Amino acid sequence: MTATLWIGTRKGAFRLRADARRRGWKLLGPQFLGHIVHHVVQDPREPRRLAMAAKTGHLGPTVYTSQDGGRTWKEAAAPPAFRKALEGEQPRAVERVFWLTPGHASEPGAWYAGTSPAGLFRSEDHGAHWAPVAGFNDHAMYPKWAAGFKTPDGELLHSIRVDPRDAQHLYLAISIGGVFESTDGGRDWAPLNAGVAADFMPDPEAPFGHDPHCLILHPLRPDRLYQQNHCGSYRLDRPAQRWVRIGERMPRKIGDIGFPIVAHPHDPDTVWVFPMDGSTVWPRTSIGGKPAVYRSANAGRSWQRLDRGLPRAQAWFTVLRQAMCADQAPRPGVYFGTTHGEVWAGARAGESWRCLVRHLPEIYSLTCAV
Amino acid sequence: MITVRVPSPLRSYTAGAARVSAHGASVAELLAALEERHAGMRFRIIDEQDRIRPHIRIFINQSEVTTLTQPLAPGDEVHLICALSGG
Repeated sequence: MTATLWIGTRKGAFRLRADARRRGWKLLGPQFLGHIVHHVVQDPREPRRLAMAAKTGHLGPTVYTSQDGGRTWKEAAAPPAFRKALEGEQPRAVERVFWLTPGHASEPGAWYAGTSPAGLFRSEDHGAHWAPVAGFNDHAMYPKWAAGFKTPDGELLHSIRVDPRDAQHLYLAISIGGVFESTDGGRDWAPLNAGVAADFMPDPEAPFGHDPHCLILHPLRPDRLYQQNHCGSYRLDRPAQRWVRIGERMPRKIGDIGFPIVAHPHDPDTVWVFPMDGSTVWPRTSIGGKPAVYRSANAGRSWQRLDRGLPRAQAWFTVLRQAMCADQAPRPGVYFGTTHGEVWAGARAGESWRCLVRHLPEIYSLTCAV
Repeated sequence: MITVRVPSPLRSYTAGAARVSAHGASVAELLAALEERHAGMRFRIIDEQDRIRPHIRIFINQSEVTTLTQPLAPGDEVHLICALSGG
């Protein structure tokens, strides 16, 4: 099975293309050298199509799309932008497009984008024109849900998930704000954060204000959600409303803090995480300088350390929330990109690791394409 | 006619030209005329609330523009400047 990895970096986009056995990898690029590329995503409905979220240090945010597998790109005619502020309103302007999600299979051409500050946008024409999703951006509760508590990179709307059974059923996450759900195509939303810790707030049962780092929905069992949060890792099996902290089964010295969480494409019980140091002043590095991926094959009831081939010591990188993915092979390859510009591949579901490429710019996202 | 000096980050919109010309009695009109000819350029330097983006400066001759309503006169030179934005 061939695989392509799209790499979004602080200085442009790259791709790694594998041979049929996923042994030999060829680095291609850069494309858009010097642009800040937050996300490059293939459209599974039309795999030749891609979308890229980008900006530069000086210029405003935009989206580029490709119809030829990433050989050529065209800028959106109308990038994501908030509506004009009404009198007395706080004016909002998109600072960066952070996240891209293809729409439901029944809606060809539909895409969603998440931005900083928190905004949800939708395109009906493969990413050429974007419009605000008023049901979220203008929701009466928006000023409280997206209260402007920023991560170091700003307030981020990310992890937009579409239920493969129902185009009207959507989830999204805000750092900082929490997880939200819509069952009517985005016209109305409700928080979905019960059971999730928010150690930085006084109310342990606050309905929103949480910091989900990454939210996933299993495509084969869409009622199963996983979440890597600033305060632990969680599972939610709908229709339940209360998240279960699955990270408490991690070794105590490792903990359950991290950015990404990745689903096995064929097994809803299997996920991978990349723990980081969330102790003391939050170094956000691999723990003890010994990077490791942890895998659960039973929905978070137990975890296995996967570090064969990874550096044994003095490796202090971070893997950001969009920078870890799995391919579609029966025993999938697992991949992560580091803040140090390395891409690592874990063969046989992460059993052994090797570095595919070094010396890239800081990696923001890593996505699999076919 | 107004002469506009285009910085390198924006020249993908002007087919590489470092200097273009357009009509406009104000900065807003000039930017609208530029957008007609160089689609997509305006949003990269002006946000959706009509504010100049944080790392962009616009000068009319030697004077910095603070509002898009600022008037222009034929023969003015407008400088679009990409100000320092970090590494």
